[in-house]
Amino acid sequence: MTIDFELSPKIKGTQNMLRMFAEQAVRPQARKYDEEEHEKPWDLLNMVHGFMKGGVGGSMSGGDTKAEGGEKKRSERQLTTAVTVEEIFWGDAGIALAFPGQGLGGAAVQATGSPEQKEQFLARFSGEKPVWGAMAITEPEAGSDTANLKTTAVKDGNEWILNGEKIFVTSGKSALEDSEGFVVVWATVDAKAGRAGIKPFIVEHGTPGMTIAKVEDKMGIRCSDTVTLAFMDCRIPEANILGSAEVIDPKKAGEKGFKGVMATFDATRPMVAAMAIGVGRAALDYVKQAMADEGVEVRYAISPSNMTAIERDITEMEANLRAARLLTWRAVWMLDGGVRNSLEASMAKAKAGLAVTQITQKCVELLGPLGYSRKVLLEKWMRDAKINDIFEGTGQIQMLITARNVLGFGRDKLK
Amino acid sequence: MLSFEPSEEQAMVKETIAGFATDQMDPASREMDEACAVSTDLVKTGWELEIISSCVPEEYGGFGEGPSALTGAIAYEELAYGDLSTALHICSPTMMAYTVLMYGTEEQKQQLLPVACGDEFKAAAAALVEPKFAFCPSKLSTTAKHEGEEYVLKGSKCLVPLAADSDNLLVFAATEPGAGFAGVQAFVVPKGAENLVIGEEPEKNMGLKALKTYEVTLNNVKVPLAAKVGGQAGIDYLELISRSRLALAAMAIGTMKRAAEHSRDYAKERIAFGDPIGSRQAIAFMIAEMFMETDATRMLVWEAAWKADRGEEFANDAAIAKNYAAEKCMKVCDGALQVMGGHGYVRDNMPELWFRNARAFSALEGMIMV
Repeated sequence: MTIDFELSPKIKGTQNMLRMFAEQAVRPQARKYDEEEHEKPWDLLNMVHGFMKGGVGGSMSGGDTKAEGGEKKRSERQLTTAVTVEEIFWGDAGIALAFPGQGLGGAAVQATGSPEQKEQFLARFSGEKPVWGAMAITEPEAGSDTANLKTTAVKDGNEWILNGEKIFVTSGKSALEDSEGFVVVWATVDAKAGRAGIKPFIVEHGTPGMTIAKVEDKMGIRCSDTVTLAFMDCRIPEANILGSAEVIDPKKAGEKGFKGVMATFDATRPMVAAMAIGVGRAALDYVKQAMADEGVEVRYAISPSNMTAIERDITEMEANLRAARLLTWRAVWMLDGGVRNSLEASMAKAKAGLAVTQITQKCVELLGPLGYSRKVLLEKWMRDAKINDIFEGTGQIQMLITARNVLGFGRDKLK
Repeated sequence: MLSFEPSEEQAMVKETIAGFATDQMDPASREMDEACAVSTDLVKTGWELEIISSCVPEEYGGFGEGPSALTGAIAYEELAYGDLSTALHICSPTMMAYTVLMYGTEEQKQQLLPVACGDEFKAAAAALVEPKFAFCPSKLSTTAKHEGEEYVLKGSKCLVPLAADSDNLLVFAATEPGAGFAGVQAFVVPKGAENLVIGEEPEKNMGLKALKTYEVTLNNVKVPLAAKVGGQAGIDYLELISRSRLALAAMAIGTMKRAAEHSRDYAKERIAFGDPIGSRQAIAFMIAEMFMETDATRMLVWEAAWKADRGEEFANDAAIAKNYAAEKCMKVCDGALQVMGGHGYVRDNMPELWFRNARAFSALEGMIMV
């Protein structure tokens, strides 16, 4: 092994193809589906489904190394996904988030489902029509504080009965109303057991007792639907629980407990970072082009004390964007190698979320009235970018996870 | 194929230097700062790491195949982790050695490289930075005028490391003022040259106190044409500056890493209001950011160094990495001091030293190279 920043020819090929696709098929529709919130670019989504069959979410399972001709070959699955995500999100974050596929719900099934469950629930993603998978964790009173979840699952004969309310479910409408998808719902089987009692359940579209109570109107990523789900005596088959129903003492549970299940989502954090980077790159590319059009040169190699304010802004933004991308690539590279990356994944997301929130804001500022105008996409990117500092754990939560990892403190020591 | 894993050779270099830095340099750091002098024993041991000779080909006294920017960056980070002044001291001959190795005439290589690969440390200073407002390496005030069979050098330099101990200085001067990086060349000036004035006392700087730096004045110093590095062709000054920036940025990473680890350890031990201060988010987040930015800086430096080793354009990348490193190093060392509060401000503890050292990176150019 040696340090190498060159992507493999295969990933580069994918990157080039996606760059063209994002520029020609995604970007031109960005404004339309920002203005027409709650509408979907069906032609594009059908096309995407046609050639991706499973969506950009890809598989979130850990890295694997397979023997080929006696030599261990590294997986590049996560890296491929990170590169893919950046390119599509460069095209448009809202549309990219609305792409069909298994999403987080499917990822949970991939990571924790039995072979039968995978067969039963995942086959649909490679069918004729686009299908979405969604995941419901957050509640009105509990976001990152998952131990405090109130939604209950009570066993009744050969069924589970769910009661509660879930908010901020990405693609919930797509999964449950616009396609024959499902949602993975996290609910407690034993409120006294805290985190150990929380289990994921698969709820199929059209299940009685589950309703879409609200479709959120948002500042950005408006092509992607975000819903509130209400569960009132919602009955699902006994077999729809993912993993064991047993409440295991978290200290003895190891990888099978809640923590172990959540760890499988270490894979999704760098992907959110990659999303952010795509949006940040879009904004920075735009500003650099606008500067070039005006004949303004960026003199990278001169001393910072000799630079104009704009040159300093541009070089600083480039540094932050690149650093975020490399931290992200490092996190997925570790995952592809089967190495635990909780620290690196949270670092990547914390850096990317913050960097891109700032980059897009600065880009709007630099372009002045044009930046602020809805004729140009910059203001949209600024609105879109902000979500990356929020969903899948806010920037502050990422700092908390990073700090816990660095200091070796558990959640009891570092609250 | 993307990989963040150092080669076996790099891993070995890293491990060897890390041991030296942790066991020997770090514990001596405070004393050397107070004494305004590096330990000669440490320099001797550091020199035996063969940082330069491992990069110089056999025909010129070494046993290497030219410097690798990436391996250099890995090595310099580890050295600076121990003590920045000593690290700069040990690496200060690289500027002369690598410039001559990369661009020198055969005669210059024969004259200067075997000395740089000797068994004992031999100072060889580079004079680049100038004492003026908004100094930029692309706008040197020091000029070299071609007059007949000579060059006449005129100007003032500062932050010249070990100038008084160097037999030769590598002086950077504008041969075409106004031409930016393209208009600068390097000249080998013997210490005894007429009208070359090296400050009688070392400079008194805020930090890097153990590193002896000097002001150097060139009052129409005449050198033969053969003193110009590379003869007619000269040097690629931007490339040298860029490799120097990577070297400095790598040392900034080492400084940051040391400070971040110190804060982490302190925050786990120090109790306030019944708990370790690291159990409060205000402190914990600062420490998380220190580690995050140390890693982020390393990524930028590694990528630029990797490009340099592949022969790709890397000047902009190196500049971006160095500026980022200088800013973040200051921020991280500020944080390390702040985490200790008053204890960080007193000279019994290390953070104030790192804080003073950190500011150097925005002022330094061309002192060391990878």
